Amino acid sequence: METLGVLLTFPMNPYLEEELDRRCNLFRLWESPPESRCEFLRAHAGSIRAVVGNATCGADADTIDALPKLEIISSFSVGLDKIDLEKCRQRGIRVTNTPDVLTEDTADLAIGLAIAVLRRIPQADRYVRSGSWKSKGDYKLTNKFSGKTVGIIGLGRIGMAVAKRAEAFDCPISYHSRSEKPGTNYKYYSTVVDLAANCQVLVVACALTPETRHIVNREVMDALGPKGVLINIGRGPHVDEAELVKALVEGRLGGAGIDVFEQEPHVPEELFDLENVVLLPHVGSGTVETRKAMADLVLGNLEAHCTNKPLLTPVI
Amino acid sequence: MVGDETQSPDLQPLLLLRKPIAFLLSSLSTHFHLLKPWESPLPLPAFLSTHATTVQALLITGLAPVTAAILDSLPSLGCIVTTSVGVDHIDLLECARRGVAVANAGSVFSDDAADYAVGLLIDVLRRISAADGYLRQGLWTLAGDYPLGSKLSGKRIGIIGLGSIGSRVAKRLQAFSCTISYNSLTMKPSVPYKFYPNVCDLASNSDALIVCCALTSKTHHIINKDVLSALGKQGIIINIGRGALVDEEDLIKCLMNADIKGAGLDVFKNEPLVPKELLSMNNVVLSSHSAVNTEENILDLYQLIIANFEAFFAGRPLISPVSA
Repeated sequence: METLGVLLTFPMNPYLEEELDRRCNLFRLWESPPESRCEFLRAHAGSIRAVVGNATCGADADTIDALPKLEIISSFSVGLDKIDLEKCRQRGIRVTNTPDVLTEDTADLAIGLAIAVLRRIPQADRYVRSGSWKSKGDYKLTNKFSGKTVGIIGLGRIGMAVAKRAEAFDCPISYHSRSEKPGTNYKYYSTVVDLAANCQVLVVACALTPETRHIVNREVMDALGPKGVLINIGRGPHVDEAELVKALVEGRLGGAGIDVFEQEPHVPEELFDLENVVLLPHVGSGTVETRKAMADLVLGNLEAHCTNKPLLTPVI
Repeated sequence: MVGDETQSPDLQPLLLLRKPIAFLLSSLSTHFHLLKPWESPLPLPAFLSTHATTVQALLITGLAPVTAAILDSLPSLGCIVTTSVGVDHIDLLECARRGVAVANAGSVFSDDAADYAVGLLIDVLRRISAADGYLRQGLWTLAGDYPLGSKLSGKRIGIIGLGSIGSRVAKRLQAFSCTISYNSLTMKPSVPYKFYPNVCDLASNSDALIVCCALTSKTHHIINKDVLSALGKQGIIINIGRGALVDEEDLIKCLMNADIKGAGLDVFKNEPLVPKELLSMNNVVLSSHSAVNTEENILDLYQLIIANFEAFFAGRPLISPVSA
């Protein structure tokens, strides 16, 4: 792979970066200040045949247009929303992602967030550290997770893994998907509003596409209601963030566990004082084990491309 | 005021030692004539000898201790119900000696306790509380992404105490593809999990230990430096049992020396005091003995309390009896 010019869009993983540097001809996009990105790309366009992006910075239309030699985009994510897939199809550019290896971590986090929100685990931790247990007594009563109805938007790999885990807590499972999935006992709702009206914990686990942008809007949040909890482990734009803030501040939505935001790393500060939310800095796949597996998949796909073997996890 | 004069005198007297939460207080007063020592100027021993000598029923809330001395002041006592699952605050031998029947909260809280244990485990491994705090302090924009956590799915879990709570923890973690092993007083032939008669062996073969057993003289400091050393540098410990199940000094030393990776602790040796060394660690998650404190179960608990006392007064066996 030594002759493969690879554009790495973001310092996403030290191991991945070291391997790309060692095995390929690596260009680091962030080394050029944002104002001179175009010149940077122009300067190296002759060499760059691959892009490795992630959920923060992928390959949009302008980037793809600036790289006439681009052959493959290998994304360090399962989500493809930061890649202009249509342009890739037109240009015959291959695209790979990192499915399966991050399914468990993301599903684990969804359950961890649901319990953390309902049982106020981070809040209790802060309560103890501030000395309040001594001065004010036990932390107040919280809400049970076991047995709550869990509604899942998107019953793909991650959605199914969330369902399997929630079932062990005796949670009845319902879902919304583009179409009903045969072979499950879970209750299907043809609209997200109906799903939200009939569940107590709503988990966003679908892909981000133009159709699913703001799939959780004000109407859905109102249907979920003042005792309902929203868990977003998908993408920030799945949820109308301004409406989310209002719904939580006004008490129309019971609580939220949010791992992703519309303009990461920016998070609406109105959420910081709320006791009924848990906020995470996009850590869905953020374990040592999984990030290594993702990196190996990216490297494996690039290697396969360079040796004319079938790609490991192709999307296009 | 000793008791509410507006209550019907036909109601059976029920003694409490500590003021319970408002819901229990108001609901119980519809069933019983409540004796409320906290409303009296008398110290407790004097209150009991003045007002409680004919009392047959005692409700223990807030883990108020029941000692031989207290039992001495209640010669007519026949039944104690505690709102907790644990009974280490009650001298069961003395109760047995005096023919006082004891009931606890049965399995009313078992799901909640198991949920909390799993929640703490995910939090410690995935750093949920720490990352939430990091974000709220504005550090995601200032200092970049949070350091990586550790995967839960597929890990080896060692459960200490496979009773009502431990078995529910096991069921939940199996759905995360975890391998479950356990230590218990006796092996349970009907469960599919591997039994380790020795806690150190369990620890050597586990990535995380979850302490769910009752506190008795046999289980005091069941987790000590040998067990923690066997658990190892990547190991996590979760304690939702009682503080005294873990040698707290040993645990703190291990955490400070990075001999184990992290801990989730709901209970401590001298609640509500938490050792200050823990308060500044970001690889521990702390809570205020909250594993069972949910609103949903208060009604179930209340009904169980009533059912136990009704059984006692009707001469029937208690619903959720505990023995010494």
